[in-house]
Order: sequence, then C-alpha cells, then structure tokens
Amino acid sequence: MNIETKDSLLGLYRRMYSIRQVELRLGRLFADGEVPGFIHLSVGQEATAAAIGWALRPSDTVASTHRGHGHALAKGIDIKDFFFELMAKEQGICKGRGGSMHVANMSIGMLGANAIVGASIPIAVGSAIAHQVKKTDAVAVAFFGDGAMAEGVLHESLNLAALWKLPVLFVCENNGWAEFSPTSKQFLAPLGKLAEAFSIPYVLVDGNEALGVLGAANDLIEKIRAGSGPQILECSTHRWRGHYEGDPQKYRSSEELADLGGHDPLPRIEATLLGKGIAGEELEAIRLAVDEEVENAVVEARQGDLPSWERACNDVYTPAKEN
Amino acid sequence: MAEIRFGQAINRALVECMEQDPTVFLFGEDVADAGGPFGVTRGLLAQFGSDRVRDTPISEQTLSNAAVGAALSGLRPVLEIMFMDFMTFAMDALVNQAAKARFMFGAQTSVPMVIRTPHGGGISAGPQHSQCLEAWFAHIPGLKVVCPSNPADAYGLMLSAIRDADPVVFVENKALYAVKGELAENQGAVPIGKARIVRPGTDVTIVSYGAMVGKAEKAAVTLAAEGIEAEVVDLRSIQPWDEAAVLDSLRQTHRLVIAHEAVEAFGVGAEISARMADIGFDELDAPIVRVAAPFVPVPFAPNLEQQYQRSAEDIVAAVRKLCN
Repeated sequence: MNIETKDSLLGLYRRMYSIRQVELRLGRLFADGEVPGFIHLSVGQEATAAAIGWALRPSDTVASTHRGHGHALAKGIDIKDFFFELMAKEQGICKGRGGSMHVANMSIGMLGANAIVGASIPIAVGSAIAHQVKKTDAVAVAFFGDGAMAEGVLHESLNLAALWKLPVLFVCENNGWAEFSPTSKQFLAPLGKLAEAFSIPYVLVDGNEALGVLGAANDLIEKIRAGSGPQILECSTHRWRGHYEGDPQKYRSSEELADLGGHDPLPRIEATLLGKGIAGEELEAIRLAVDEEVENAVVEARQGDLPSWERACNDVYTPAKEN
Repeated sequence: MAEIRFGQAINRALVECMEQDPTVFLFGEDVADAGGPFGVTRGLLAQFGSDRVRDTPISEQTLSNAAVGAALSGLRPVLEIMFMDFMTFAMDALVNQAAKARFMFGAQTSVPMVIRTPHGGGISAGPQHSQCLEAWFAHIPGLKVVCPSNPADAYGLMLSAIRDADPVVFVENKALYAVKGELAENQGAVPIGKARIVRPGTDVTIVSYGAMVGKAEKAAVTLAAEGIEAEVVDLRSIQPWDEAAVLDSLRQTHRLVIAHEAVEAFGVGAEISARMADIGFDELDAPIVRVAAPFVPVPFAPNLEQQYQRSAEDIVAAVRKLCN
C-alpha cells in the first residue's frame, strides 16, 4: 500500500488519536467505577498498534494481549461496540462476557485480546497455518510484550513458524516492563539474537515513531504476502500507566516517569504531518470528531442493557442447528 | 459386515472427513511420515499431501494453541497428542482458549477442533505414559470429551467429533488399538452424548466407557452364571454424558456400579454417582459403588500395574456385594 497519501496519513493519525482518547476516557470511567474488573491501558503505545493495524487488510488476522485495546481499535473494532463491552453491556462486541482482556471481532480478523501472557503467539501461528493451508495471501499478526519473551510458547512458535514458512508477523512491543519487573530482570538475550537463532528476519524500530513503524510493518507484511515466511518486528516503546489502572508503580523511578512525555508518539506524528504540509486545522477537525465519537459512545454504553444470564448460558456450546 | 481394528476404524473416519471437507487439517508428532506412533494416521500423508497432513516438532503447548488459532481462522484441525499424559502441555490451549472462545467472544465464533490422544495402562509404560486424565477436561465448560470402546463407535464418534463445531477431546485407549470389531458398511456418525446399552439386564447397572466396557461385559457373563443379570451401559461420551440413559437403566435395576480405568477420587464416576444420588435417589436399593483406580500413580513393574488396574473380577466382586 502507498502509505504516504494524505488519506493514509490522516487515517493513521485518526486511529492513533482515537486509541489515546479511548484509553484516557476509560481511565476516568474506571476511576469513577463505571468499568468493572481491571484494565491495562496502552497509553504511550498508540503508534505501534495504529501503524500495524493500518498496514493490514480485513482478511488479515491479529491475536493480541492483555494490553490489547489499541490493537482491537486499530484492527477496526467499532468504538461503540468497544465501550459497550468494557462497560459490561449486552450490546458489547462480546455481549459483556469477555471485557477488556477479551475484546474480539472475528468478522474483521481480530482474534481477541488475551489474558494469558504469550498465548497470542501460538494462536497467531495457528491462524497463519489456516491462511497457508487455504492458500490465501492473508497474514497473521502476533502482538506480544517483552514480558512474553520468557514464555516457552514464543520459542516453540518461532521454531514452528520458521520450519513451515508461515505467513506470520511477530510484533514485540517492548515497553521495558513485564508487569512490575524490568525486562532486564526477565530476559537476558535481546530479541534480535533470538530471531537470528531461529533464522527469522528481524527489524527493530522506534515504536513511538508511527510512520517508521508503518513503513517497516508495510514492508514486512508485503514480504510475508509474497511468501517470505515469518518476520519479527520489535517496537521499542513506553508504558505510561501502571501495569493495571490503579497500580501505584512504586517500582518505577520518578525520573523515568517524568521522562515519559518526551516519548509521546502523538506530538511526533502531528509534527511530521504538519511538516508534510497538512494543515493544523485538519488535525484539529479530526481530534474534535474523535472526541465527539468517544463521548457519544460512552453516553450510549451507559444506556446499554445488562447482559442476559440465559443467553450467556446458552452460548457455552454451539447450538445443534449450527453444528 | 467387515471386521476392522480400532485404530483402522479411526483412520477410516479421518479419511472420510478429509475427503469430504478440505478444511480438515491433520497434524501432530510423527503423524505423517511414520503414520502415527500407533499407526492410526497411516496412509494419510500419501493420500492428502504434506499441506494437510503434517509432522510437527515436539511442541505440544504451541501445537494445541495453534489448533485454536487455526480453528478460529477457518480450518477444522485434528491434532494428535501422542500420550494423554502430555495433555498437561495442552491445558492452557484447551482450558483457557478453546473452551472459552465461543462464550467469551459473545458467540461470534466456535472452535471446531479435535485433539486425539491415547490413554490407559497395562503395558508397563510407567507413570508418565499411562494416565487416564479425561475427568480434567470433562470439568471444563466448553469442552466435549468422548472415549469409544469399540471400532464402530470409534469410527462414528470420530465423524461426529470432526464435524462438531466445538472442541472435542477424543480419547483412545491404547489397549484397544489392536482390538477387532465389526464395522457396518452403512455405519454412520455416532452422536456425541448418547450412551449405548451393550447388554440388557435387570439386577444391576454397570456404567463404563472405553476399554473398561469390555471388562464390564466379561463381568456380566460371570454374573449371569450366578443368576445376576447386569445391564452394561457404555457411556461413549463423557462430556456431555447421557444422564437420561443411566437413569433409565437405574429405574430397571435399582443398583449402580460405575467402572473406569481412571483414578476413582474426583473422577467421572464421582460425578455420575452424585447425579444419580440426587435425581435417582428414589430408585436406589443399594449404595452406588465405583470400581476405579486407587489414588496412586500408575506403576511400571508388571506386578504392581496388575494390582493397580481394576479387572472384570473386581467388577464382579463389587456387584456381588450389592446384590447379596
């Protein structure tokens, strides 16, 4: 795809800004008790989700993580469907059964956020097997964090994908934190070394530079479509919030927290777009439209119905008529 | 009507499903070139090619999760896990992913996958190659579990398992692979969740599944000679299990014995006992008795394993106690 058209640039910006606004709004709703359970926000990581989502087609598939709101929105999940789900309503994309960690939309290839660290990786590998067996040119994307690097399934999956030349893009969003522990205490080898060990091409990008991520992702996805087999893309990024909302983050230094603003991907893409001759008013118009969309979604979701116990119980197994 | 071995019956069902449905995909350790450690998948690579029949690395955790991903993306994967003991590696995929996806995604999708796996002892395979762990999977909402006792059921249940929209754990007792039985030309699918009366009787119901059904039949013959008519019920499916069939039988016999190779404590027999003690309480003329393995790992030494395993004589002894 031509990523440098004005439509593409503005579309990418809109996705990024949408993810930011949705996450910030969720943070407030959670603090106000309007979102049950617990949530893991991806504030600061919008560029990776939006850019990779932007490089994909609806027929491509994505398996995501517990910090998966951005991936879901970037793959094209409707903001209203999303808020209904997070606010535990029947109209939610998963009818209020899954919540934050299980947002999914099979019709657009979003195979789900996932509460099991690392599980996105072999699930995406399985999806890639399906693409390969069905002889489509679809690509599967496995999002995972640096915290999943010590999970055995990553190593098994890299091996299987390489052996079978599967059409899968492994995307590591390395935000430096595995829950409450720094990556340095979790995993010794850099991912690039691991890639080399499995003979899988590897690219490292600044995950806060949306256009850089998009360029790399687009290039790798085109290679995969052309039959290259698996590729690994590592995006270094930053987790602005705690592991979960409400996490006091006593394990992070005040210097690190104070420094986060300097890595904000949004002002960066805004500066880039302005530099490409896009008018500030156009960006402002997008921001206003997204703000309104998000607020309308929240207002509607508040009016949603409580999920039905009977319907939930009937969905454990597939009804015989569909069987 | 032709005689066929248990493993060949499963093979025939796999062939038919793969012929009928190009999305059926077979993978596992040594299932392609070698035709499977027990020969069940012999000939499939030659017939269907290396795209659809694949040998895998020894990576059960990834393979089982990949089955979920493939099922979510339009395939009907059939994965072989070489021994049920190795299903420990598939627990996350089955319990957290396959079983939950339909429910937690709001019925957007189903997960049509089958994991074939052999259980059972009696061949000195030791503590990590002999276990019967089916109760674990029967405990998980969203999973189905079947365990045939003869070639015809193995064939018919495999057709149903592959065509089923939901994840099915297909348990094959190793001792049955060499067993021959009749497979009718017109044998169709055996519905999941339906038990079979193997032998009618009026004095006691013996509920069983898998290889233990043969021992229950043997016990029934011995008992008949003593004037006790045992009704032998083959569950065939463990989740869902045919509660109505067991209750119907209990209404005739008023006595219930449940026999399985798996450990007795917290097992399939415990669930059946509890349900029958509840909904069948008025029918019971005697306590419900289980004949199942002791709370001990499966031992290696033949003499130890012989003591570990429950026999037809153990079933006979349990029934005698109930009927006297």
